[in-house]
Order: sequence, then structure tokens, then C-alpha cells
Amino acid sequence: MSVQEQHTAGPPARASLINDPKVRGLFYQILLVSALVALGYFIVTNTLANLERQNIASGWDFLSTTAGFGIIQALAPYSETSSYGQALFIGFLNTVLVAVIGIIFATIIGFIVGVARLSNNWVISRLAYCYIELLRNIPLLLQIFFWYFAVLRAVPGKRDKWSFFFNSFHLNITGLRGPKPVFAPSAEFVGFALILGIVLTVIVARWARKRQEATGQQFPMFRTGVGLILGLPILTYFVVGMPISLDFPVFVETGPILRRGFQLGTGFNVIPEFLALTAALSLYTATFIAEIVRAGIQAVSHGQTEAAHALGIRPGPTLRLVVIPQAMRVIIPPLTSQYLNLTKNSSLAVAIAFPDLVSVGGTVLNQTGQAIEIIAIWMVVYLSLSLITSAFMNWYNQRMALVER
Amino acid sequence: MSKKILPLVLGAAMGVAASAAHAGTLEDVKAKGFVQCGVSQGLPGFSNPDSQGNWTGLDVDLCRAVAAAVFGDASAVKFTPLSAKERFTALQSGEVDILSRNTTWTMSRDTALGLNFAGVNYYDGQGFMVRKDLGVTSALELSGASVCTNTGTTTELNVADYFRANNMPYEIVAFEKADEVVAAYDAGRCDVYTTDASGLYAQRLKLSNPGDHMVLPEIISKEPLGPVVRQGDDQWFNIAKWTLNAMINAEELGVTSENVDEMKGSDNPSVKRLLGTEGAFGEAIGLSNDWAYNIIKNVGNYGESFNANVGPDTPLGIARGINALWSKGGILYAPPVR
Repeated sequence: MSVQEQHTAGPPARASLINDPKVRGLFYQILLVSALVALGYFIVTNTLANLERQNIASGWDFLSTTAGFGIIQALAPYSETSSYGQALFIGFLNTVLVAVIGIIFATIIGFIVGVARLSNNWVISRLAYCYIELLRNIPLLLQIFFWYFAVLRAVPGKRDKWSFFFNSFHLNITGLRGPKPVFAPSAEFVGFALILGIVLTVIVARWARKRQEATGQQFPMFRTGVGLILGLPILTYFVVGMPISLDFPVFVETGPILRRGFQLGTGFNVIPEFLALTAALSLYTATFIAEIVRAGIQAVSHGQTEAAHALGIRPGPTLRLVVIPQAMRVIIPPLTSQYLNLTKNSSLAVAIAFPDLVSVGGTVLNQTGQAIEIIAIWMVVYLSLSLITSAFMNWYNQRMALVER
Repeated sequence: MSKKILPLVLGAAMGVAASAAHAGTLEDVKAKGFVQCGVSQGLPGFSNPDSQGNWTGLDVDLCRAVAAAVFGDASAVKFTPLSAKERFTALQSGEVDILSRNTTWTMSRDTALGLNFAGVNYYDGQGFMVRKDLGVTSALELSGASVCTNTGTTTELNVADYFRANNMPYEIVAFEKADEVVAAYDAGRCDVYTTDASGLYAQRLKLSNPGDHMVLPEIISKEPLGPVVRQGDDQWFNIAKWTLNAMINAEELGVTSENVDEMKGSDNPSVKRLLGTEGAFGEAIGLSNDWAYNIIKNVGNYGESFNANVGPDTPLGIARGINALWSKGGILYAPPVR
């Protein structure tokens, strides 16, 4: 056979370009890419032509036009006279805020429940089991409605409140209120002290670890860290003359009924829409994370625990130093998907009036009618957020991955 | 989510391409045998499904009238419930033939969206509803209030303008769907519920204790509500426009669904022209000459539709007010069929 002959007869004669698999592969790939580019070009030009023919405005000029509507929660300066672009930016910040806070809470709850699910205590493991099965099997949108409408009706009305933590935090239907820090000049020194404390803690932690690896001596790292991170700023605060004061929310109980209740612009307020959305997102995603954590821990062979116990390591450090680091390798990849899901699910905010990117974008879409541009912005933002999250988690995964020698 | 949107955008782009290819909405409607009408997701009196799932309301009647004009059959119509946000895209992409969904006629919507407003079937204005126990009697006392409303409406802009112009701080809580606005207002999340005054009367019926709430006297904006069609199809635009005009003219001439058969023998030339016994006005807009007869016979004149859906004898109990005929102290005025 000719093929066998070629193999036996040393290096083959140079085949024609058409038969070269590399050239062929390249050719088809170029063909595919150019077809895709041509399709994209066709769609874009065709859409633009049609929009123009139908007298529908297009382009990005609307971003600098005055928005004219209010937004209940703005993390950056915003008023009705700001532009559509600024409004969308406020929506973007709100989306990021919900995603970040949601991810933090979902991770904490998920890890606790996941470990509880494996607990030897029957009540604890059953409770964790019920929580997981109940919450992960109810659609998220319904849970958001539950937290918003059911819980909203249970808390006191606008002219009433529940107070806790020495009367400094209050809860009612308009949200969770607390004192707002007000920064006077020279407050930045406290900030510097905080940064310094964190940097020093990292340095000390590294030194302590090296020392432990070299000599086996342990260092009271936790107490030192707390002392540095909390102690330094507090000390600075008193040294520079107490530049930070607290603005407490003002609650009025007399006068016209409309004026009663908390006054706008006093204290710090977390709106109920944010509370409901974050609660629903974290509790829902936490159920999946709990199962991932359980899977991760069970993937670590029991022999590892037994070996640690045989060496005389107590159960706490065994979990922290032996089991969890190995479980993390199994946990991180599916955990990344859950983080992405949470970020994308946050777009359900629109159902309960939380002004996230989709909600604000929807308003802008309706005022300007520029659907394609707004949808493009939504896509780009969610895609970028997801890609950044995955990039970070992939980096973390590589760090945690088994180092093979 | 981001992955799901891509086909949507491509679909939208393709949809625009597809609908632009043929501008003859009337031919399309005749070919498929019914009018596809965009309505609200449930606003009593304007477009609302009843317990049997039949759509009723002032806006719904207009769609039925268009169907009656085209097919002589007021039931040749299918309804697409649309949110405030979806409505214009649905019309632009050809998903619906006509949008009759308590939509305010504004300059930007009429010009930049590629749409045409075919007239006004309800002159509305934005109002405020509050709990009676707040003791508020005027909108000017609402400083510091939290306000519930719908996203993506002119309402959201008007309330911002009004509070700013009067130098009153406020807090806006904007929901996507009207039902959620009502639920949140009912739960006490907001002091004030604002939307078009007609909408306030309609939504008040959904509250747990409608009697505890009142609509404040101030009307802070002009909200002419009317049917909308796509730009670039004058024939269909004319049909929508003259369907509404025929209903108003019929009321003015005293032609009702009850007496329309007798009126066919009337000596009044205006009635004759309207009902198609004289002239060929129907043919001029691509319909049969008895187009207006079919509208009035099947749906009724404007006054009948108003009284049946939102008038004083309905749960909404809205007086004719400025929506009365120009000859009766209102501003409803239709050009003559001539």
C-alpha cells in the first residue's frame, strides 16, 4: 500500500499544497472566519439601513442627553439633570454591588451549610439538608418576590420602626437604617493607618509562617492581626483629634403624618429592594455552593483525615489545613459557575424596583427607543463582568492547583 | 443571560429586516385574517381580560373597531399583552399591527421611534394617589415623600420634573409591572402612587381597601393617549386614524350601535357619508364603503365605548370631563367625513 510505502521509505516527497493537511486546515479556518465576519457585517449594515429607512434613531449620541428621571440608590453623584450615560453607570455600579455582596454572603453561607451537611450531629445535618432542598428547588424569581413582598409586609410601616444595637440601627419598610460616618479633614490619616495595619499584618504573617516552617514555633497571628488592623486606625483616630463623626438617622414622631418617620438624607439607608434581592440571591446560590463544598470535602480521601489524626492534629486544624486545601481543588471550578450565575441572576432586580443595569437600561431604552444600543450595552457589561470573574477564579484555581513535581 | 441575548439581538435585527421588506400592513392583516393588537398587561377600563379571558376596555374597543372596519367582524382580532418597556419594540418589529395601550403621544415617540400616533382616544393627565390618613390635600404638600411608579414611562419623567420644579425632595421606587407597583404601594412601601389619573382610578380597585385612598386634585401633565402604528405605511395609518374619527363622528351625529340600521335611511348627508350610503370614502382608505357602519354596528360609537368601559356607571366611575365632545364642553373633535 502506498501509505505504508511512504512510511517505510524515509521522509516523504513534498506533497501538493492541496493535500497538505496543515494548509487545508488553515484554509477552512480562514474560510469559516471570513464567513462569520461577512455575516456579522451583513447583519450590522442591514440593521442600520433598516433603522434609517424606518426613521428609528440610532447611534450613541443619546448617552450625553439629559436623563430626567430619578434613581433611588446612587453610589456615585447623580441627579435628574445627569445624562443617560451617567444613569447607566449608576445602574452598573448597583449591579456590581449586588453581585459582590451576594457572592460574599453566598460563599459564607454555602461553606457553613456545606460543612454542616456533613456534620455528625443528626439535627444539624438534617437542617442543612432541608435548607438546601427547599431553596434550590424554588424558582429564584419567586424567592425574590417572597423576600420583597412577604417580608416587606412583616416589618413595621413607614411611621414605625424596630430598633436594635443600642438604638443605633433601625428596620422598617423603607429599609435598614444606621449611622453614616461623616469625614472631617485629616480623616485620611485614619485611612492611611488602616492600610498600614493591613500591610504590616501581611508582613508579619509571612515572617510567622517562615518561622513556623523553619522552627515549628507558632505565632499568635490572629491576635496580632486584629491589633494591627483595628488598633492602629483607632489610635490614629484619637491622636489626630477624632475627625470622624456619626450622622444618625433622624426619626420624627410628631407633626403631619407624611413628615413622620425617617427624614430623607439623614443617616445611612439600605433600601429594602437591595435587602430582598441580596437575601434571595445569596440564599439561593448558597444552596448550590453548599452541595459543591460537600462534594469537594467528600472527594478528599478519608485516609487524609485519619493520617492527620494519627499525627495528633486536632479536628479543627485537620479540616482547615488538610481537608479544605485539597477540597478546594474540586470546589473552585464549579464555584466559578455559581458566581457567574449569581451575577447574571442579579438582573432579576428589575422585578422589585432595584435600579440595577437592566432596570435603568430599560428606562433609558423606553425614553430613547434605542433598543439595539441598550441591549448591546447590557451584553457587553454582563459579558465583561463574567469574564473578569472567571479570569480571577482561574488565577485562584491555578494557585490552589496541585503542584506536581 | 448574556448568552441568551445574542440570538435575541440577531432576531431583532432580522425581524426589522423582515418587516421592512413589506410595508402593506393591510394586505398582511387581510392575508392572516385578523388584526394583531398590542394592549396593556391589565388595566381595568382600558385593556383588561375578564373572568372568561375576553379582553375588554376602551383601548380594546379601538382594536375591535379596526377589525370591524377591515373584516366587518369585531372578533377578528388577537391581543398581545405588552409591558411599557416592550411596547414600541413589538410594534417596530411587526409583532403587532397596532398598539392601543394607553400610550402617551409625545414628540420624541412620534419622531425618533419610527412610529405614528393615529389620534387621541383618551385625554389623560398624571395624578397622585395617597392614603387618606396622611391628611394631605394637595400634591404640593408631598415634600419628602416616597413615590411608587412604573419604569420606562413618561410618568417617571413628569414626577421628576414636578418635584424638582417645586423644590421638593422625593424618593422614586420604579417597578417594571403595574401589578407590582400596586402591591408595593398597598404594602406601604410608598406614600404616593403616581400614574395617569385614569390609571389611578383603575388600579385603586385592586387595592385591599380602595376606600382608604384618594386621588389628589393636581394634574401635573398632559397625557394624550392614543393608538400607534408604524411609520411608512400611510394606508394603515389612515385606517387607524379614521376608525377613531368615525367613532367620534358617530357620537356627534347621534349614530349608535342600536340605531345604526335606521340611521342608514337618514336624510342627513353627514350621516349618509359616514355610513357609506353616499360617496366612496371607504374605498379611498382601501376598505369597503360600509366600514364605518361595521364599526358602529359591532363596537359602537365613542360615547358608548366610553360609558361601557370607564364611564360613571362602571367601577372606575370616570366623568366625561375633557373627553366629552367639543360641542358638549370637552375637547374631543374629529375632522368630518367629507
